[in-house]
Order: sequence, then C-alpha cells, then structure tokens
Amino acid sequence: MTNTQHTRTQPTVRTCPFDPPEEYRTLREQAPVTPMTLPDGATGWLVTRYEDVRAVLSDPRFSAKRTIPGAGSPEMNDAPVPPPPPGMFILMDAPEHTRFRRLLTGQFTVRRMRQLAPAVEKIVAEQLEAMASAEGPVDLVQAFALPVPSLVICELLGVPYADREEFQRNSATFLRLDASPEESQQAQTAMRGYIHQLALAKRENPTDDILSELVQSGELTDEELAGVGVLLLIAGHETTANMIALSTMCLLRDPEQLGALRADPSLMDSAIEELLRYLTIIQFGLRRTALEDVELHGHQIKEGSLVVASLASGNRDAAHFTDAPERLDVGRPFSPHLAFGHGIHQCLGQQLARVEMKAALSGLLDRFPTLRLAVPVEQVPMRDNMLVYGVHELPVTW
Amino acid sequence: MKILIDEGKCVGAGQCVLAAADVFDQRDEDGIVILLDAVPPHELLPQVQDAAARCPALAIEVVE
Ligand code: HEM
Ligand code: SF4
Repeated sequence: MTNTQHTRTQPTVRTCPFDPPEEYRTLREQAPVTPMTLPDGATGWLVTRYEDVRAVLSDPRFSAKRTIPGAGSPEMNDAPVPPPPPGMFILMDAPEHTRFRRLLTGQFTVRRMRQLAPAVEKIVAEQLEAMASAEGPVDLVQAFALPVPSLVICELLGVPYADREEFQRNSATFLRLDASPEESQQAQTAMRGYIHQLALAKRENPTDDILSELVQSGELTDEELAGVGVLLLIAGHETTANMIALSTMCLLRDPEQLGALRADPSLMDSAIEELLRYLTIIQFGLRRTALEDVELHGHQIKEGSLVVASLASGNRDAAHFTDAPERLDVGRPFSPHLAFGHGIHQCLGQQLARVEMKAALSGLLDRFPTLRLAVPVEQVPMRDNMLVYGVHELPVTW
Repeated sequence: MKILIDEGKCVGAGQCVLAAADVFDQRDEDGIVILLDAVPPHELLPQVQDAAARCPALAIEVVE
C-alpha cells in the first residue's frame, strides 16, 4: 500500500544488544501511537507507551486473529488470512479462546508449576553434568538453553523417554533458522503427527500429564489436541531457551549485578522478573487487528487495521518504571511488566517459565562459579531479525 | 477493604496468587481464581492492590 503516512518503519536496529532500538524513546515521548510500516512490509499502527500497550492488549475490540477479510478500509492489509489451525488458541478470540484456555489453566496454576520444580531441577542438573564433562568452551545454547525447555515440555506432555531424542531432533529442526521451508514444514508435520499418536496412546493408557488430562476431559477433537500440543511446544521452547541464554550473557557482562546475585541468591526471583522486563525477547511486539473503529490518543484506528503493541518499549517506559528503566537492577521492586503480554492471552506458561528460569540460572551459577564468555561480546551472534530475540550461539568457558 | 472477583473474566494467569497468596488461590480443576478472604485485614491492602494491578484480565476489583 502506498500511503505517505506509513513512511515511518518500525525501529529494529539496536545500538546495544540488551536495549531496544533508541527510537522507541522518542516515539514514546512524541508519537506514542503512530502509523508504521512493519519489518515484514505490512502497515499498521505502532503503540509504544506502557499504559497504551496494556490498554490495547486488554481491549476486546482488538482481535488476536490475523487480518479480518473483507473489512475494506484503506489501512487494511488486504490478504485475507486463513482461520487459525485447530487448537491454535493464541490466534483466537473469546469465546473460542476461552474454551481452550479454561481447559489448560488448571494445568498451569502457580501450585502445579511449583510441584513440577523438582523434575525441572533434575533435568537442569543432568544437562549441567553433561556440560561439565566436556572441555570448555561450549555453546551454552546447544548444551543447555535449548535442551532444558524441550525436556521440560516432554515431561509436561508425557513424552516417553524412548521418544525424547527424536522429539528433540524434530523440535530443533522446527526452530532452526537455516532450515529450508520444506524442512521446517516437514518437521512441523512430524511433530503434529507425533503428538496426535501420543494422544491416542494416552487415551488407551492415561498417565499423569497434561496430554492425558486433556484426552480424558473428552472436550477436544484429536486435531485440536495435536494443535494444543504443538502450540505448547512452539510457545514454550524457543522463548524459554532464549531467555536462559540471553539472561546468562547479560549477567556475565555485568559483573556488578552478577556479583549481587551470587552474593544473595534470595534475589533470584526479582532478578528473573527484571531480566524478563529488561530483555523483553518478544522484540517486535504483539499484533492485533481492530474489529471496529477505535480512537486512541486522538488517532482514528480504522476497523481492520493492524495494531502492534510494543512490549519492549512499554517495558522501558519511565512513566511506569520510574526508577531508571534503562538500567538492569536485579533487586528492583516488582512492578507488573509486559514480557508475558497482557489481557486474555497473557502467557499461559509464565509460571512454568519462571520455574525453568530459576532452576536453570541458579543451577548454572552454582555449578560453574567461574563461568565466563569465551568470545568478546561483539562476536556473539544476536538474533536481530527473529521474532524471539536472543543469541544464536553463546560460547562459554569456566 | 472488600474484594470482588469476576470468575468469568479470569484467565488463570496466577498473577494474583504471586502477589497475595493469603488472599487468592486457584482452583485445581481449571486454574480459576478463588478468593480465600473476601474481607482481608487492612495491612494486606498493598498486596491486594498489587494483585488487582497485575491481573491481566481485570478480574479483581478492590473496594476500599
Ligand atoms: C520466558 C519465556 C516465555 C515468554 C517470554 C513468553 C511470552 C509470551 C507472550 C508475550 C505471550 C502472549 C502472546 C499474545 O498475546 O499474542 C505468550 C502466550 C503464550 N505462551 Fe508464553 N512465553 C514464555 C514461556 C512459555 C512457556 C514455558 C509456555 C508453555 C509451556 C508458554 C505457553 C504459552 C501459550 C500457550 C500462550 C498462548 C496463551 C493464550 O493465547 O491464551 N509460554 N507467551
Ligand atoms: S491474576 Fe486475574 S486472571 Fe490471573 S488467576 Fe488471578 S484473577 Fe485470574
């Protein structure tokens, strides 16, 4: 679409690997709601202030469905998008979304996730032992950050031990950057097929895991079950892996904050919230579609328009985080952040992510008291153009 | 202080339990919020307000 209003493009270039692009600051001050061309060429509105990001994400007039076909306004992104695949409730609105979310929330309560902690700690300890038996330097991403959440999801879904290697291989291809579209399509089909088979097996022999409970609830079709399984895998693997690796890198190059954390491990919970806020790995924000005309800061957002709520910008908004939001402070008193989104889609797996990050970071710091980067910071390959920010590789030694 | 919750809105994110474990819990079956104490002592007000502010679904209302 050619529209002079959209000549501004969403900022993507970082000056520091841990800070969102500088322009966000100016946007928050001068153009908190602004027409924008997105990195993939789509056009829409970019929302950058903390309060506005929350407002958009908790407003049912903004749909999580992709573009609504046929709305026909000038701001519309014309290509109609097919409906979400069965079970992909992250792309659904209430009440469709509610049906899936309600079935799953009981499995992800604070209490259930704390009960899972020992199993997570065991997975972490095993990975750390394997890592310690190698000679440094090792790539922390491959040796630790990726396998931990993958194995935790196996635990959660009840993937039998015998299948875990293949499961991990498929999910790794699925997430690999340089996989060809055919390869990743194949891996995705394989995962879907596998989870489908697993669900059938759980129907025969239920065990103590999410998939079994979902099967037993009798509420979902086999396609929906497979879809939910794949969604949990996609949503919970890459995100957690990148938070573990990027947090490690961030701490390793901040001796003061790392020292404070090593000196007082009781800071771990607040450190995790702070790292989530500070690093906000869902770097390009969350997309919503206006279901009707909505006015936001005097701008008319037309029905059908795409709206991007920048979590990364909101999480650096000094109007909400009044004490130097550009600084990493592992002791920062908690204030609700946007790293897990907001509104009805706020991360279902957030309590699990917290348990995983805590086990992983505490375990890593304890096991390797002399852990350090094996290359200069500038040489760490960053995931600059990926939806989920982080590092491709993190060579560490001890 | 009095607390009102809207089960219909709750999405089971558990933020309220993290903020004020003495006042909120989640049902085992579906993760929906349970009010342990609808009229909690005044010293819990900051925690309860924190819970209401964190709740992503705006399901908690605090009447002072
Ligand atoms: C640190 C790691 C994680 C981060 C930063 C993260 C971030 C997010 C964000 C921002 C959303 C909102 C998406 C939207 O509104 O469009 C979301 C949703 C979701 N996340 Fe996470 N997530 C993490 C870990 C996990 C884990 C471990 C799981 C599960 C095993 C998980 C499962 C989900 C699911 C199922 C949704 C969709 C919820 C819904 O639509 O109701 N996430 N996540
Ligand atoms: S924070 Fe809100 S949505 Fe989450 S469990 Fe509590 S009431 Fe429900």
